[in-house]
Amino acid sequence: MSSTTLGMILFLTFVAATLAITIWASRQTKTAADYYAGGRSFSGVQNGLAIGGDYMSAASFLGIAGIIALSGYDGFLYSIGFLVAWLVALLLVAELMRNSGKFTMADVLAFRMSPRPVRTAAGVSTIVVSIFYLLAQMVGAGALVGLLLGVTSEAGKMWTIIGVGALMIIYVVFGGMKGTTWVQIVKAVLLMGGAALVTVLVLGKFGFNLSSLLGQAAATSGPKANPGNFLIPGLKYGTEAQGLAGKIDLISLGLALVLGTAGLPHILIRFYTVPTAKDARKSVLWGIGIIGVFYLLTLVLGFGAAALVGKEAIVKGDKAGNTAAPLLAQKVGEEIFGSVGGTILLALIGAVAFATILAVVAGLTLASSSSFAHDLYAHVFRRGQATERQEVVVARVSALVIGAVAIGLGILAQGQNVAFLVALAFAVAASGNLPAILYSLFWKRFNTAGAVAAIYGGLGSALLLVIFSPVVSAPAPPAGTPVTALIHGVDFHWFPLSNPGIVSIPLGFLCGWLGTVLSKEYNAAKYAEIEVRSLTGVGAEKATEH
Amino acid sequence: MTTKEHDASVYEQMQTSSEFQELKRRFRRWTFPMTVAFLVWYLLYVVLSGWARGFMGIKLLGEINVGLILGLLQFVSTFLIAWAYARHAERKLDPIADKLRHEVEEKTQ
Repeated sequence: MSSTTLGMILFLTFVAATLAITIWASRQTKTAADYYAGGRSFSGVQNGLAIGGDYMSAASFLGIAGIIALSGYDGFLYSIGFLVAWLVALLLVAELMRNSGKFTMADVLAFRMSPRPVRTAAGVSTIVVSIFYLLAQMVGAGALVGLLLGVTSEAGKMWTIIGVGALMIIYVVFGGMKGTTWVQIVKAVLLMGGAALVTVLVLGKFGFNLSSLLGQAAATSGPKANPGNFLIPGLKYGTEAQGLAGKIDLISLGLALVLGTAGLPHILIRFYTVPTAKDARKSVLWGIGIIGVFYLLTLVLGFGAAALVGKEAIVKGDKAGNTAAPLLAQKVGEEIFGSVGGTILLALIGAVAFATILAVVAGLTLASSSSFAHDLYAHVFRRGQATERQEVVVARVSALVIGAVAIGLGILAQGQNVAFLVALAFAVAASGNLPAILYSLFWKRFNTAGAVAAIYGGLGSALLLVIFSPVVSAPAPPAGTPVTALIHGVDFHWFPLSNPGIVSIPLGFLCGWLGTVLSKEYNAAKYAEIEVRSLTGVGAEKATEH
Repeated sequence: MTTKEHDASVYEQMQTSSEFQELKRRFRRWTFPMTVAFLVWYLLYVVLSGWARGFMGIKLLGEINVGLILGLLQFVSTFLIAWAYARHAERKLDPIADKLRHEVEEKTQ
């Protein structure tokens, strides 16, 4: 049996199991609280696993392993930023949001402000961030197909992306938050298991000696002139050739990674799926543990791929390195158990990677469709007059539309490294969402004008800077090196950095401050209420009983 | 809403009470400096990655260099801070928060 057939069988088993979960969940989903927040009845541990499931995306698994395999040390920076970022969520955001919100990020912002402008801004920002993130996952799906299903034609990749998109739409439309959370839990367990298995096999090949693994990685995949550079920073980000701009770009990337997590809509709505703020805390603690261990595994996977598969073979699989982890699974399986072993491991890791993408895409679609229905439709268009039933119907329809948009964009953006694309989503989230969230939780004087200015200022500047960055358009690269810009042939970039964080994040905070002090509006009574509620949990939304 | 209408003045009274102020102080005094500390420590690591590559490349154990050790220490510090926060919250914040919540809930019944 070929790895393609076996991979298909494993993947279809996952699909069948998760569809069964979805059907079960759809029968349990009756109210809006069920659809948006899974009835708030998940335990801290379950939600912690789901947080891991939502967060350990294709970017983490395929992208980081790929960057480490191709550029060595620089990929490690992503793991560190992605992990440390959880402390912002744990210390400043998770519990307070659980106590003061209901279904979406906008609930917290709209609490003491004029709801319509604030919900409009927060809804727009939620959808934009989610679409950026979705794009990255779809690109990952496209990269995988070629390798796993033997599909190399453009049409074949396109149909796979459409297939992944369609499945994800089914999960979200029918399963709501309850179904999506269980899909995340199953996926988190599979992903941790798969990554741990390959890690142990790789380490075993090197006699559990990390130093000799690193040595061989540098020798096999490092720069020919100076292999040792593979193990120190600077091969990909802030290279000496890029000069000062490159190094500032590195700081910009670092800032976006660490500040983005607490502004990601699909992560924020996870805090609403548990009964109390204490459970939200517990779930983030579990999430940090799972995610931290997982990133340590990807470090071994990345260097393992560099050592055993080698740079040339990895680039042949996918020019941005997105298939390094599955290729490593195949190689290490072959070397230890013979060709059948390689086939089985490739199929296994490929199926796990597909499951990962599917689950994360479902989480993102849920977040953005919830925000559309709850914030834009129910509160802005219908001015709070929509019934719960209408709201949930709209959420389901918008999940369908957003899924379709993600499919379309995913087809357009093939060939970018997925970790890199996700870093852009983090920059947009950190600029557009985080300032407004922190101000509204901690700043007494904050008001409607401030919230609207913070969101549009941060979001708008981040988007503009990405459009005019070398990511979207760049001068034609020297012959023989791959084209990295999204648009080929024209060059209209003037912003030198590929990640906008260092400019747009401070700008988001600045706009929020400026908007606030320029407006006289201030609601003392409402601030008292949100402050007391967020710290004590008075009046927090309760779990629903079935 | 699953809860009844709240009287705004109850919240304003609670907000100015000394017990609530103590809860707020305990929360902010711990989380704000700690946030600054871990962000500075993380940014130091990023800056070293950009400007101190010779230092990051010093080999300590075989091929394992300063950069890798500092990166792994970021993992260790993250785990420790998360654990310390959970301990702080359970001991210093939860008891007051629970007590105040019951008080407000009784008043708004």
